[in-house]
Amino acid sequence: MPYALLAPGLLWLIIFFVAPMITTLSTSLQEGNVDDGFVFTGNVAIYWDALHAYWPQLVRSLVYAGTATVLSLLLGYPLAYYIASRRGRAKNVLLVLVIAPFFTSFLIRTMAWQSILASDGGLLVKVLGWLHLTWLFDAFGNVLQFLHLSPNGEILYSPWAVIWGLTYNFLPFMILPLYTSLDRLDGRLLEAARDLYATPRDTFRFVTWPMSLPGVVSGTLLTFIPAAGDYINSRLLGNTQTVMIGQVIDSQFLRVLDYPLASALSFVLLVLILALVTIYVRKAGTEELV
Amino acid sequence: MATSDDKNLAFRATLARGLVSRRSLMAGAGGLGLAALTGCGIQGRNPGGGTAATTPVAKAAEDRSATEKIINWSNWPEYIDVDDKTQRHPSLDTFTKRYGIKVNYTEDYNDNDEFYAKVRPLLAANKDTGRDTWCSTDWMVARLIRQGYVQKLTLANIPNHANIEDSLVTVEFDPGRLYSMPWQSGFAGIAYNPKATGGKKVTTVDQLLTDPALKGKVTLLTEMRDTVGLVMLAMGKDITDFTDADFMAAIDEIKKAKDAGQIKGFTGNEYGKPLSSGDTAACFAWTGDVVQLQADNPSLGYSLPPTGCTLWSDNFVIPALAQHKANAEKLINYYYEPEVMAKVVDYVNYISPVRGTKAILERIDPDVANNPLIVPNAKTLSMAHVFRGLTSAEETKYSQAFSELTAG
Repeated sequence: MPYALLAPGLLWLIIFFVAPMITTLSTSLQEGNVDDGFVFTGNVAIYWDALHAYWPQLVRSLVYAGTATVLSLLLGYPLAYYIASRRGRAKNVLLVLVIAPFFTSFLIRTMAWQSILASDGGLLVKVLGWLHLTWLFDAFGNVLQFLHLSPNGEILYSPWAVIWGLTYNFLPFMILPLYTSLDRLDGRLLEAARDLYATPRDTFRFVTWPMSLPGVVSGTLLTFIPAAGDYINSRLLGNTQTVMIGQVIDSQFLRVLDYPLASALSFVLLVLILALVTIYVRKAGTEELV
Repeated sequence: MATSDDKNLAFRATLARGLVSRRSLMAGAGGLGLAALTGCGIQGRNPGGGTAATTPVAKAAEDRSATEKIINWSNWPEYIDVDDKTQRHPSLDTFTKRYGIKVNYTEDYNDNDEFYAKVRPLLAANKDTGRDTWCSTDWMVARLIRQGYVQKLTLANIPNHANIEDSLVTVEFDPGRLYSMPWQSGFAGIAYNPKATGGKKVTTVDQLLTDPALKGKVTLLTEMRDTVGLVMLAMGKDITDFTDADFMAAIDEIKKAKDAGQIKGFTGNEYGKPLSSGDTAACFAWTGDVVQLQADNPSLGYSLPPTGCTLWSDNFVIPALAQHKANAEKLINYYYEPEVMAKVVDYVNYISPVRGTKAILERIDPDVANNPLIVPNAKTLSMAHVFRGLTSAEETKYSQAFSELTAG
């Protein structure tokens, strides 16, 4: 009887995960065109074609998503720590501020960065202009160009802008789980560490960090997985050299109408992410979490 | 292996002819040991291989026009007259007043491919799309007709059919305009922001693709026929009659510019904002958009390349199983009155497909009437060309090549 309690969840997984996966796999192995219809032929070669043609975009997606995840962690951890250390009203206000961007659409938030980063009349360059610091804007562009993160010293429409957009958009997904696990951190443990003459650094390394690991793992997963499949940031903030796999799938599905190729790419992305996540979770060794 | 292939082919043929039911399909494929995977093939529309002789016919629904006085019309955003005060559409209000038919006007047509993806599953499954009419671009109309997803118009309900501009009647994809009637037309050409080009004019496609002053500040359109069409014209090719090699040569030309870092990206009609701000120095752009952008930013320049520009129309079509076909035809007929169309054109600044609009515009808004981008003269029109219709195989091949360019 206890198994019956699993039924709703299982049903959900079957309808919204297993079935779509099978459909995607099946579509990827079909051949045909929209006029004549697609028929299953078991054309496994499509996977070779897909990988051969689009491996750079796949790798790029994983690299961008990975970088954005690390950046989110670096930005999110101190903030989550600070929020968890506050009490009462301040804490609630800060949490609402973290969630507030969700009240605006994802698309609008991403487009806002176009207006902020634009080199001609953008918010950033205007503010720096008022502060007589315009050189900072140019210097930043030059640094990006030097690091090969911008093709021509422009801040917008560069790989950096795409990674920054991803970081910004998925940051709350990092902060919230981090906050949850840091909030549960028992203050007495920190006291005990101090009593035993641990330096703040050691306290962090041996108490805080290990205790927050479940938050780190779920935060990084919640950031990395959607970021790897994202195609809005690269489309709105990137250039022709920053195309991510989501854009390829979008264009194969909607414009070329090559449903098998689009499905094959989706499936490859899914398998890649699953594999990476499995390895990551194994390494992180947080069985209680997953 | 050969036998299994043969079996497969024969199986596909029967399937294509519609002789295999879904259940026997499952049973048959069971032999491949992948029954679960094959349960979900995607139906096509052209059983027998895509020859014109077998073009499927769109199903008509029982017309409820007489009892339900409504029309559901999907159109592109900002593509109709708007009263600045009330935010209503005066031409629609007048229509409702005159005929007592309410128009549910929805601006949910943002992109041909996206819209097609949205309605195709319904049309393929012989289901009503919930829409009585929408406005698709020429090439999409060609596809919809080819696949039997749009119905023939009942010309008896549209006496103003005779008002279509001559140049738009004999189109390759719908000779005599039996399935579709243009809503608005326009050119694709080059728009530029002198502030960002250093005061330079951008007049040719070559300049757009190679001028170092524009490096990294050029966008092209995701509409394949406009982007590749303009480049093919610049290469001296005829876009109404070209070969695979011509098309691929144009793709290579664009790829060269892209690899050289000249091109920043490919856009839909979101090129307006960066162009106005100067983040984009020059781009391929549509006439009506630019006329509207110029209202806010008069310094923006627009040129129709001397090598020729593309001409496109967005066309009313009535989808299969539309519930209010007669009402929709009444609506189309209404917009084909020159007085009505003149008001719309005066607002949206695209090119009217209705004969007689010019005379009325000269009276109500001489500025618009004298703008060659809105009321083109014979010389301009002679430079404008319509991209030829593509076969299904060409469409796949070309859009694959173009997609590798835009998303590669």
